[in-house]
Amino acid sequence: MATLDINGKVVDVEAAPDTPLLWVLRDHLGMTGTKFGCGMALCGACTVYLDGAPARSCTTPLSALAGKKITTIEGLGGKVAGAVQAAWERIDVPQCGYCQSGQVLAATALLTSNPKPSDADIDTAMSGNLCRCGTYQRIRAAIHDAAKSLEA
Amino acid sequence: MNTANVSRRKFLGTSAVLGGGLVVGLILPLRGALAKTAAADAKPVQANAWVRIAPDNTITLICHRNEMGQDVHTSLALLIAEELEVDVDKVRIEQAPVDPVYVNALLGAQITGGSTSVRDAWIKLREAGATARTQLVAAAANEWKVPAADCVAKDGTVSHGNKRKTYGELAAAAAKLSAPAKVVLKKPADFTQIGKHQHRLDTPAKTLGKAIFGIDVTQPGMVYATLEQCPVIGGKVASVDDARAKAMPGVRAVVNIGEGVAVIADHYWNAKKAREALAITWDYGPGAGLDNAKIEATLKEGARQDGAVIRKNGDVAAALKTATKKLHAEYRLQLLAHATLEPMNCLALVSDKGCDIWASTQFPQGAQGIAAARSGVEAARVRIWPQFIGGGFGRRLDVDFIGQAAAIAKAVPGTPVKLIWTREDDTRNDFYRPASYNTLSGGLDAKGNLVAFDYKFASASVTNRMFPGVTKNGLDPLMTEGAIDLTYDIPNEMLRVVIQEFGLRVGYWRSVSHPLNAFPIESFIDELAHAAGKDPVAFRLALLGKQPRQRAVLERAAKEANWGQKLGAGKAQGVASMESYGTHQALVADISRTASGAIRIDKLTYAVDPGIAVHPDQVIAQIQGGAVSGLINALTAKITLKDGRVQQSNFHNYQLPRMNQMPKIDVVLMPSGDDPGGMGEVGVPLVAPAIANAVFALTGQRVRTLPLADAKLSFA
Repeated sequence: MATLDINGKVVDVEAAPDTPLLWVLRDHLGMTGTKFGCGMALCGACTVYLDGAPARSCTTPLSALAGKKITTIEGLGGKVAGAVQAAWERIDVPQCGYCQSGQVLAATALLTSNPKPSDADIDTAMSGNLCRCGTYQRIRAAIHDAAKSLEA
Repeated sequence: MNTANVSRRKFLGTSAVLGGGLVVGLILPLRGALAKTAAADAKPVQANAWVRIAPDNTITLICHRNEMGQDVHTSLALLIAEELEVDVDKVRIEQAPVDPVYVNALLGAQITGGSTSVRDAWIKLREAGATARTQLVAAAANEWKVPAADCVAKDGTVSHGNKRKTYGELAAAAAKLSAPAKVVLKKPADFTQIGKHQHRLDTPAKTLGKAIFGIDVTQPGMVYATLEQCPVIGGKVASVDDARAKAMPGVRAVVNIGEGVAVIADHYWNAKKAREALAITWDYGPGAGLDNAKIEATLKEGARQDGAVIRKNGDVAAALKTATKKLHAEYRLQLLAHATLEPMNCLALVSDKGCDIWASTQFPQGAQGIAAARSGVEAARVRIWPQFIGGGFGRRLDVDFIGQAAAIAKAVPGTPVKLIWTREDDTRNDFYRPASYNTLSGGLDAKGNLVAFDYKFASASVTNRMFPGVTKNGLDPLMTEGAIDLTYDIPNEMLRVVIQEFGLRVGYWRSVSHPLNAFPIESFIDELAHAAGKDPVAFRLALLGKQPRQRAVLERAAKEANWGQKLGAGKAQGVASMESYGTHQALVADISRTASGAIRIDKLTYAVDPGIAVHPDQVIAQIQGGAVSGLINALTAKITLKDGRVQQSNFHNYQLPRMNQMPKIDVVLMPSGDDPGGMGEVGVPLVAPAIANAVFALTGQRVRTLPLADAKLSFA
């Protein structure tokens, strides 16, 4: 049995120690906002925060999570996240929407560390998150829009 | 020219789908349920197949097309809302079950594909909205004993003088009235919602991680399945030693379903690990020796055959003989995977109540047929629960994974089983966008006018596999698209297609044959323009005398992109133009060479005339997204085979465009006319030829193969 800190709650999980966090969340805990895309940390659909920094839950085993604070899309909150999600809605970023939990977490992490990112900063921070539908241009616009709204 | 649309309309309408092997015993599982709902006054009232009105005035659209990002939920809700006189953001969406009333008239089956959703619904759903509104008004008029013509329906209420009732209050009485024989639809000039800016109804759920995709559905007592499939597509299990797998933690059962062996376990990770412990001997079948060289040789041989004539004008052979200048070229396109971000998956339950299927699918009717066939449950007792789709692009027109889940669930009756493919499974068990071999000859007269055009396209037919009987006289209507609707006026032309199977299953990939035809044709038109010493835009405009809409988009794209301007060193532009799905478009690509010698795609400038744009912001979104599918086709992605095995596996060796590689995409909408054209696939096909033509302008290198990276080009 492992004890995890997920979205500020203490949760006990009965799973094999090599089970990736992604499947602990989705399968054992029924938290399906975090998505399975590749299983190799190549697409970013499974992005969560570990101690506030973006991480790929599909390659992070349960055994590596002791003492870490885990944040998922379900528990994402605060001023920056609110600004990002509001900008996402203003600009209607999602198409199929499958990658968007990961995109929202990556964008929120970017704006938290860099309140006024340039296009080059966005390229660097967001290139690990694939969007097969091609919402990249709107993601970029929404990040700039959220930055502006946080400035005001 | 609407030839392609006409052929689409005729396409499956002759009930080929229903007669084919795929769909077994079509049934209406919910029709009875719908009728029952309408009878119960206290409950929400089903006004017709699409509209349900609750006492609290909640309006629900029973959406008969599946949402995969292309915005059908909001676009179709707009059609209802406009005529029903409710705000679209008050409309809730419920996904429709399988029922003949929901058949797509343009395709002859309950399918979401072919850029047909809005076109098929354009009259149908506005009439459904108007019919419901007319009945609500009549119910109010009866109650108030006033003429219906004096009542006003607006914002979900009917009023007359001081009297006012909500639709919710009127719905039960309205449902008892017979539907009007005829309703008059609004004139486009009177639209208050169609054509205006609206937010997508599904944006909040998708932004908060709350949208439920097929892979997210859970049922009480649910277990998981993984499936080891034959490494050669089409191969079968010869024998399996499952002793080690069965002894692993959490494993409930091991099931041989023919094309592979499934492990059912309490949790996904246990099912995945136990799968790795299976020892399977395969019968690889006839595909075992297949590789790319063989596929290309087969297609090249196909291109030497006469094929079937798609269209013909004048005498192309004679015109080529007497032409002042002649050009001949051969083009090739690669195999592609769909690579939806949500891998194939399906939750199936076989029980004494029948079979229930929860899945992301573009083809609920096909899902019902295959689930019935593989579970052994009669189709009347197979219920399909379609979910949000995490990327379709045509992959989820195929229902193979749904049949697999049904076959696996059959082994554990009463237990819901969710089958999830890995990314590697998904990449290696696709129905691939077919490769093609295309030959072209053109002739110019002394003044550089195009007087002869001879085109031949050899490729495999998806339609022959999925909908046997639809191809007539060698013409698969989903191979001729992008050629039959050629907009250029050429006095002597012959366009032909050769159906040449090459031993690998192929599937519909967003925009289907349009890119397979547009890359060769629009690149070759560019070759001819240069051979004639003419500007590529001017050369095309000269061939569009009878095509005012096509001329207009080409002129506009050129203007917006400052075509002909002096570009700096290391920069170039390329152009391409076509009609597809009844929508006219032209595209200018701006590219540049980086310091390291790589090519960067800087900008794509589209001008698009979609007829009426029902939801303009999402029409733009579809072009932006289509551009990314177009970049996948154009730049680096390809599927290759060795010894019958697909060599790519995941996103490191089947690469999709990322944020840092994205060009700026400018879209100019130029709506004209009173009917919508198709939009979901339009953005795709011109990307490759526009970029290839820009590469020629930049480097002098004419690339006639896709992906362009195969011609020793690298992209930044």
